[in-house]
Amino acid sequence: MSGVHDMGGRPNDDPIDQSEHVFSDWERHTHAMVGALREKRIITTDELRRGIESIAPEEYGKLSYYERWAASLETLLVEKGLLAQDEIDARAEALRERWG
Amino acid sequence: MSTHTHQGHDHAHDGHEHEGMLEDVELSERARRVLAMEELLAEKGVIGASEVQRLIDFQGARSPVDGARVVARAWTDPDYKRRLLADPEAALLELGYPLVGSAKLAVLENTDAVHHLVVCTLCSCYPTSLLGLPPDWYKSFAYRSRAVVDPRGVMREFGLDVGDGVEVRVVDSTADLRYLVLPQRPTGTEGMSEDELIALVTRDSMVGVGVALAPVA
Repeated sequence: MSGVHDMGGRPNDDPIDQSEHVFSDWERHTHAMVGALREKRIITTDELRRGIESIAPEEYGKLSYYERWAASLETLLVEKGLLAQDEIDARAEALRERWG
Repeated sequence: MSTHTHQGHDHAHDGHEHEGMLEDVELSERARRVLAMEELLAEKGVIGASEVQRLIDFQGARSPVDGARVVARAWTDPDYKRRLLADPEAALLELGYPLVGSAKLAVLENTDAVHHLVVCTLCSCYPTSLLGLPPDWYKSFAYRSRAVVDPRGVMREFGLDVGDGVEVRVVDSTADLRYLVLPQRPTGTEGMSEDELIALVTRDSMVGVGVALAPVA
């Protein structure tokens, strides 16, 4: 059975949105962090893809491209024991308070 | 999910300031989580802010002009074209473009008889070292789903009508093999310099949803 990411040939009548993307800073940072972790061989492209492809199907369709990357990155960092889930949660909450 | 603007809020810049982050961006929950991970990784000495910035700069430095240089050289130098098709990695190095990462690259030549269209049905694999980051449509569910079953319809959506007499070949990229289309040189460009030709090579022509621009008469 193919996963949700396996889009080839799937029925889809949506027009292709050809508008150009303006990158958000957090998207650039996500891409760069993944690149840095790859260079250090802490994560691999295949691991990042596995993290993306294991996002629940109903969730996959709702997330933007870099939201899927960020979700996978978080999964991998926790899985590898580099960061703890509650540590990320706490820091994200602190950022909410710090940045308003 | 609440989003607020950063601007106007009283906050301490305590060394956690994110270089390159706009002051007044709306910070979504997802953005906050990314920044949280980045801060924590820096504090633990896993990756530093300067490494993240170096990669952001590198991403910004790559664009379709890089691919266009390769195409224009292939148009003007038949020997180079042969080398490019036979051993893309070595030919790209000649022009100062090392392939980044472990993925191989194949160059596919469009002719009067064959037109190539590139897709990544699974995700977003793309020759970023030659074209920069892929456009959103390349990563869209619609393009990924339909490019392999209705390539001519997809290309028509981009304004490209490939004649019935031309065979369409769709190639599906992987993490290990990416593709660059070598578009046909437009007619009427015989006397043009390499620099003039570069301006005719669009990103879309190197993905296959377009062709090179005609010269302005």
